[in-house]
Amino acid sequence: MRSGSRLERVLRSGRFAVTAELNPPDSADPLAVYDRALVLASVCDAINTTDASGANVHISSVAMCALLTRAGYEPVMQVSCRDRNRIAIQGDLVGAAALGVRNVLCLTGDGVQNGDQPEAKPVFDLDSITLLHTARTLRDQGRFLSGRKLDSPPPLFLGAAENPFAPPHDFRPLRLGKKVAAGAEFIQTQYCFDVPRLRQFMARVGDLGLHERAFILIGVGPLRSARAAGWMQNHVPGVFIPDEVVRRLAGVPADKQRLEGKRICVEIIQEIQTIPGVSGVHVMAYRQEELVAEIIEEAGLLPRRPRPEAVL
Amino acid sequence: MNHHLAWATVATTSQKRLWLRLLEGAYDGAYRLLRPFRRRLKPGGAMEAIFIHGEQVSKGALFGCQMCGQCVLHQTGMTCPMNCPKQLRNGPCGGVRPDGHCEVIPDMPCVWVKAWERAQAMPVHGQSILAILPPVNHQLEGTSAWINEFSGAAHQTPPGWG
Repeated sequence: MRSGSRLERVLRSGRFAVTAELNPPDSADPLAVYDRALVLASVCDAINTTDASGANVHISSVAMCALLTRAGYEPVMQVSCRDRNRIAIQGDLVGAAALGVRNVLCLTGDGVQNGDQPEAKPVFDLDSITLLHTARTLRDQGRFLSGRKLDSPPPLFLGAAENPFAPPHDFRPLRLGKKVAAGAEFIQTQYCFDVPRLRQFMARVGDLGLHERAFILIGVGPLRSARAAGWMQNHVPGVFIPDEVVRRLAGVPADKQRLEGKRICVEIIQEIQTIPGVSGVHVMAYRQEELVAEIIEEAGLLPRRPRPEAVL
Repeated sequence: MNHHLAWATVATTSQKRLWLRLLEGAYDGAYRLLRPFRRRLKPGGAMEAIFIHGEQVSKGALFGCQMCGQCVLHQTGMTCPMNCPKQLRNGPCGGVRPDGHCEVIPDMPCVWVKAWERAQAMPVHGQSILAILPPVNHQLEGTSAWINEFSGAAHQTPPGWG
């Protein structure tokens, strides 16, 4: 325990962890962030703040974290390499720690071409792996990439993403190994709708012993409708939805599809809990935050509120 | 780039393997050939101008070289990672499409899907695709990777990198 992170404490205690993604508002009103955080905080161990995901601009990740830590919440600050170079990112990591952020998710980031301002300059000065290595250097060596010493290093619990469902499939577990070697202590995966594929991935992760070196949280989320699922299949890079899932949604009347989507999500969580090496779930409910609490409750993952003293 | 893609679809597996061994052999051969002259291969001057031109022509045609000045081809399946729209040097992003194509440029096969496939056919350097590569040194852009290789500039990591 170097970070003082509550998420790290939950994971190290051996409890099945739950994190959830907060969709960033397009608003300078802090209440917009707090309203959304309130819905999530009582049902999860930490809240992820996205960093212009999909290359669409919203309120920034570091600003959301500042608001959340101010109110006593536990954020996971997502940092993408798309929009900032190594100078800006190192400054943000140290600054976030000063604001009370203890968890960072190191991401490469979506290409700008996928966002709403495709004419923007893609930065990618670092990638997820060199970002992890950089964050670990700041924390463990107490110095910047330039070699200059920090007076007080940032105590961060370092995370990374992985997509077990994207090609090249046999490279993915090894790439996860690279991320662990670069400093990742927890992993949050892309949406899982294909449990058999996840099992294959986790079996290989187990062979490599990576689940013993990093806590692995599997990404899940409810599909709103068959149409939304079909759209995601074709338009959201990195999200893989098997056709039978779309067919199952299409098989119920339109007004029941949202419920069916939630039911599928709950079933996937219950299956995931039985897979060796899985330490938790990461719930991403884009524009359906109100469903997160129901999903977590119906999956049997409540009560959540950790008793910090008990595991210290 | 285009003739390369066409070739990739018509060549048999054994032809591809042979081609990769040739590329890997060419890399190792060039290294051994140039190493004895390393003290004379200095940055700047006419010698570097010749190297820059040679690299632009040869690696440009073969790999779509972007002249980053710190060539890592043998560690990335003899596939230039600077052609990845995110210029990733440590593996594919999570956005690779089901057909193995690029998230950003749907018509282009993912550089890293190709790199991974090729690395497995490379007997000497194939395993080094698992090494963690440091961030690109943008000061070396447009300079000769071979000269930087022997001067040590290509291997210099940021002072705090460790």
